[in-house]
Amino acid sequence: MNDASAPIRVLVAKPGLDGHDRGAKVIARALRDAGMDVIYTGLGLTPHMIVEAALQEDVDVVGLSILSGAHMTLLPRVTQALDAAGLADCVVVAGGIIPVDDAEILKTTHGVDAVFGPGTTTDEIITFIRSAVAAVRAGRA
Amino acid sequence: MSDGSARAQAIHAGDRRALAQALTLIERGGPAAKALRRSLVPRAQTRVIGITGAPGAGKSTLTTALALHIRTRGLTIGILAIDPSSPLSGGAILGDRIRMYDLAGDSGVFIRSMANRGRYGGIAGATADAIRALSAAGYDIIMLETVGAGQSDVAVADVADTVLLVESPGMGDEVQSIKAGLLEVADVIAVSKSDRQDANATLQQLRALVQMQHADSDAWTVPVCGVSAIANTGITALADAVLAHGEWLAMHPAGPRQRRRRIVALQRALEILLLESLSLSPVWQDALATLDQPNCDIEALAEQLLTNWRATPQPN
Repeated sequence: MNDASAPIRVLVAKPGLDGHDRGAKVIARALRDAGMDVIYTGLGLTPHMIVEAALQEDVDVVGLSILSGAHMTLLPRVTQALDAAGLADCVVVAGGIIPVDDAEILKTTHGVDAVFGPGTTTDEIITFIRSAVAAVRAGRA
Repeated sequence: MSDGSARAQAIHAGDRRALAQALTLIERGGPAAKALRRSLVPRAQTRVIGITGAPGAGKSTLTTALALHIRTRGLTIGILAIDPSSPLSGGAILGDRIRMYDLAGDSGVFIRSMANRGRYGGIAGATADAIRALSAAGYDIIMLETVGAGQSDVAVADVADTVLLVESPGMGDEVQSIKAGLLEVADVIAVSKSDRQDANATLQQLRALVQMQHADSDAWTVPVCGVSAIANTGITALADAVLAHGEWLAMHPAGPRQRRRRIVALQRALEILLLESLSLSPVWQDALATLDQPNCDIEALAEQLLTNWRATPQPN
């Protein structure tokens, strides 16, 4: 199995104090049904724990679900820690309740590749992940 | 590929990212994985503990509790947690990390989730090589948590030094236990959820059964330990039993289990080599061409393929 055709590995995590995991579970299931390996880590993770899991699992994508309002604090910490761990080419996607203005800042200055708000279809997310990962893998080859 | 040995060097030096990437390579298979496998030097003192049992028996919870305890004895731990792939999409949800929360952030623990890719037996095809990589990286104990296993999923015994079977109370009467299968390959048995009232009966039944099985005084006597994650009891005794089995093995290196493991390893190496060289042969392409014909008899085709292959001159 070569790099391009290997299953995409995705870490789905919920950073910080946030008990709402239905969205994350729906996404995990949809990504599995799209043929991806989804590592679901559960609730209440610190940015450090998320990055350590991403490193050990050698994932292509880190998906962060956050509905607590702490996204401007926690998401930049995750992306900074990813960079520091040498995982800068990990695709980072976020979902949950994130206002449009914040989403823009996260994407332009904090290394989040995409933010998916309520109403996004799982197909949109799958399509984005597939093309982003294909671009990273093509750049590595 | 020289990349294999450079990566192996980084792994031997304890580079966790190199190890993680190597595990991905191993899962994908192919020539790069093979080159890497050859460059990796596993450590002789590594002990592999296979944790198996029915779905929901408490494997992940027990693995976590046991790992936390073994860490207090100064040993480092690599965990391979295997979950099933979806037979429909090929994808997988690997959720064992949820219950391993308390191990997150410990640099003496490396956890890797693997999908079984439809393999039977409770383990993934790349498991043996993944164990090799974790051993080369220097982890003292490797805990292999299988897919929730049925009575006949005994493949874990082919790769683990010590098989820890997790049984939950009230899972069936004695007859279930007498049946051949998982129970026969168990080296240590843990009865989980032993805070429950019906756990005592299960413990007693299993202990009686184990005594029946081991009439031979030279053989290892399988300990049956009650454990409870809720009450936090029994973990020390269980860790003692598991580690004691490792010591017992070291003193009995020529036992039937070790021999069987070496045979299986040989078979596996042969399988890989044979399939690889077969797939490079023109007879393989011929077989692929006839494969899609209606009413193709796969078994006959396989036999024909082997006959044709034997007839072709082998390159050295």
